[in-house]
Amino acid sequence: MILQRLFSGDMPRSKVLTVLLLGILLALLLTPFIFPGAKALNVAAKILIFIVLVASFDLLLGYTGIVSFAHTMFFGIGAYGVAIALTHLGPTWTAVAVGAACALVISLLLSLVIGLFSLRVKALFFAMITLAVASAFQTLASQLSDLTGGEDGLSFKVPALLMDGFQKMIWDADLQQFLPHPRMIFGVEVNGKFVAFYLLAAATLVLFLVMLRLVNSPFGRVLQAIRENAFRAEALGYRVVVYRTLSTMLSAAFATLAGILLALWLRYNGPDTSLSFEIMIDILLMVVIGGMGTLYGSVIGASLFILVQNYLQDLMKAASQGVSQVPFLKDLIHPDRWLLWLGILFVLSVYRFPAGVVGKLRMRARRTT
Amino acid sequence: MSEPLLKLEGVHTHIGAYHILHGVDLEVMPGEMTVLLGRNGAGKTTTLRTIMGLWKATAGTITFRGEAIQALDTPDIAHRGLAYVPENMGIFADLTVCENMLLAARNARHIDQMDAKRLDWLFGLFPALKTFWQHPAGLLSGGQKQMLAVARAIIEPRPLLLIDEPSKGLAPSIIQNLISAFRELKQTETTILLVEQNFNFARQLGDRVAVMDDGRVVHAGSMADLVGDEGLQQKLLGLSLASHS
Repeated sequence: MILQRLFSGDMPRSKVLTVLLLGILLALLLTPFIFPGAKALNVAAKILIFIVLVASFDLLLGYTGIVSFAHTMFFGIGAYGVAIALTHLGPTWTAVAVGAACALVISLLLSLVIGLFSLRVKALFFAMITLAVASAFQTLASQLSDLTGGEDGLSFKVPALLMDGFQKMIWDADLQQFLPHPRMIFGVEVNGKFVAFYLLAAATLVLFLVMLRLVNSPFGRVLQAIRENAFRAEALGYRVVVYRTLSTMLSAAFATLAGILLALWLRYNGPDTSLSFEIMIDILLMVVIGGMGTLYGSVIGASLFILVQNYLQDLMKAASQGVSQVPFLKDLIHPDRWLLWLGILFVLSVYRFPAGVVGKLRMRARRTT
Repeated sequence: MSEPLLKLEGVHTHIGAYHILHGVDLEVMPGEMTVLLGRNGAGKTTTLRTIMGLWKATAGTITFRGEAIQALDTPDIAHRGLAYVPENMGIFADLTVCENMLLAARNARHIDQMDAKRLDWLFGLFPALKTFWQHPAGLLSGGQKQMLAVARAIIEPRPLLLIDEPSKGLAPSIIQNLISAFRELKQTETTILLVEQNFNFARQLGDRVAVMDDGRVVHAGSMADLVGDEGLQQKLLGLSLASHS
C-alpha cells in the first residue's frame, strides 16, 4: 500500500522488470562500496543525472507525443545557471539557489514562448523550430565568453559540504561522535564527493517520484489522451495547446534541474558538456531503448546506454586480446571500433524491442497472466 | 411546440480546397433522437464535426440553446454540454477503461469521486465495461470499444449527444445490444443527434430523421413517416424496409 502510494499506483507490472530495476537501484546506491575508483563513481553519477534528464524528455516525447530537439538547451540552462552563479558569487548555497532560480525562470519562460508559438504548427515544424532555437542558444553560449567561459567553459568551486571541507564541517559542528570513524564507513572515505553522490541519488529519487506522480495524475491522463488523438481530447473539452505548453514547461523545468545536478557534480560546465547535439541524440536513444511513455524506461535506457558507452571499449579490449591469434576477428573487435559496435548494438536493440525494454517486458508479463 | 435545442441554418464548411457542406439546415428537438441519414460522402460526419468546431463553418449559424456557437473553439463547445462520439470507436487505446471514463468525468479526479449511481446504471447498460474496467481500452473488442465510447459520452448528464455511426463494423448481435442500450438511454430523455448509414438500426431508434445528399439536408421529418413510406425511402435512400427486415 505504501509502495503503491509512493509509486503513484504505477508499479513496474513485470517481475523481470522489478528485478532489473531493483538491481540497478542497489548497484547505484552501493557504487562507492562495491565499485572502487573514480570512474565507477562518475559513471554512476552520470546515470543518476541522465535518469532525470531522460525521464523529463519522456514526459514530452513518450507521454505527450511532442518531438523536441531543444531539450539539451534546458539541461544546459540549468548547468550554466549554477556554473555562472558559483563562479561570480562564490561557492555558497545562496549562489546555488540564485543560479538555480534564474535558470528555472529562464527555462520556464523560454519553454512557454516555444510552446505557445510553436505547438500550433505541425509536429515536424515544431521539431525544426526547437532545433533552430537550440542551435542558436549553443552558439550564444559559446559567443558570450565573458559570462559563460566560451568554448573552454567554466570551472568553479561548489559549497564546502560537497567538497573536502565536509570533514571540517563535521568537526566544527562537533558531529564526529555520530560516525564510528569520522573519515570512513565500511572502508570508504566520507569526503565531499561521497556526500555529493548521495545527495545526487536522493535528488534523483525524489525528482523521479515527482514525475511518476505527474504522469499518473489527471493531468498526465490528459497528456496521454492528447498523444493518442488530439482531436478527441479537444472534443472532450481539453485545450490541447494549453496542455502541450504545460507539458513543455514541466519537461523543461525537470531538464533544468538535471543540468543543475550535473554542474554541482562536475564542478565544471561547457558547451560540449551540457548543450551539444550529441547529448540530444543520446537522450533520444535512451528513451527509445528504455521504452517511450514508461518512466521506468528512463532508468533502464540511461543505465544500459551509459554503461555500454563507458565500458564497451574496455570489454572489447579484453576480448580482442583473448582472440589475438585469430586474424579477422581480432581486427573486428579491436577497441578502436567500439563506436561501430555501439551503433550495431543500438540498431539491434531497437529492432528487437520496438516498444523498448520496459514495453517488451510488460507485454510479456501481460501475456503470461 | 418547444424551441429546438440545436439549430443549423445555411451552414457551409470548406476543408482545404473542398466545399463539403453547401448550406445545411437542421433542427434537433429536445428529448428526441434525430437521425442523420445519407450515403457515403453526403456530409454527415462533416456536419457533426462542424457542430463540434473541429471544422469551422465558413458561413451560416449554429445555435445551441439559443446561443450561436459556430465561432467557438471545440473545448468551449464541449463545455456547453455537447458530447461527441466519433466514428471508429473514438477511444484512447493506451488508457484503461477506467481512465477513459475519468477523462470525460470532468468533476471527478478519481474513481471514488465518480457518481456511483450513474456508474452502476452505465454498467447495467454496458456490462462488459465493468468486467474490463482496469484493462487497456485497446484490448477490447470492436463492440466493447463502441460501448465505451458511448458510455464515456454519457458518464455525466449532457444536454446533447452527437454520435457518429455507432453500428459501423459491428456484428449483428452487438448491434442489438447497442439498440437496447440506446432505447434505455432514450428513456432518460437525452437529446441525441445520430449519424447512421444502417437504416434498419436507425429506424428502431429515431424519432426524427434528416436525409443528407451532396452537403445538404434534402429531407426532414418524422422517422415514422419515412418508415411508412416505401416510395420515399426508395427516392431518398434507394431502399425499402422490405429488404432490411
